[in-house]
Amino acid sequence: MRERRAARELRRAHEFEEFVGGAGGRLLHVAALLTGEATDGAPGPVGGPHGPGEPVPRRHEAAERLLTAALAATYAAWDRARGEDPYDRARQELATRYARAARRSGSPAPGGVLAPLAPQERLVLVLCLAEGLAEEQTAALLGLPVERVRALRTRAVEVLLGGAPRAGRATAGPWRTRPRRAGS
Amino acid sequence: MSGLDRKEDAVRRMLDLRHLPLPPGLAARAAARGGRVLRRRRAVRAVGWALLAAGTVAFCVWAALVEPWSAPSLWDR
Repeated sequence: MRERRAARELRRAHEFEEFVGGAGGRLLHVAALLTGEATDGAPGPVGGPHGPGEPVPRRHEAAERLLTAALAATYAAWDRARGEDPYDRARQELATRYARAARRSGSPAPGGVLAPLAPQERLVLVLCLAEGLAEEQTAALLGLPVERVRALRTRAVEVLLGGAPRAGRATAGPWRTRPRRAGS
Repeated sequence: MSGLDRKEDAVRRMLDLRHLPLPPGLAARAAARGGRVLRRRRAVRAVGWALLAAGTVAFCVWAALVEPWSAPSLWDR
């Protein structure tokens, strides 16, 4: 019994490390887009080539914290979620944790390229455009109706390209249909 | 519709930033934290089962001593 558990833990740790090694970079990118810490490296012309030896400013503590929490939850669900794609799971954890944090603290210090966007718009934009998820999948992941996701996506694109005026943060609708926990 | 597609392509390019380097030890830290969560969950489950077992034993002992099913009715006396 004890040896079986030890063997399972060893295998889990091994698989998990392999998973993080393969998908961690992309997940960190998603997290940094959400927290607004994804930058182009040095300030300068967008898309300009930077030398390989150039020091990159490392300011992505929030993204790292978000990713660590999401990965820890993925690890904890590893044995139960056999057969599921751990990447999907980790991305789901990232999204829900970011959404929860954004709801709790209003707007978490926006920055980066997505600075003018509200948290919901960011989430939809990152999931749909950066991650290439279909609107239906995004809606299911966020617990929003598909029409709302489509509207958020269109609006986010307009705002980013400077078309639509920023209408404050009042556009945030209900996240889920279930009631918020009392006494928070 | 193609106008929206073009705009979305532009946004996609905006999002296509340089990937950050994965901080060393991230997997280990996450695994340690996840392992703590698992152990805590296991402990809570063990306590729950222990409470259930204790409750069952206590009920059985009480029932054996009191025999609530064999209370004589008033008419039998």
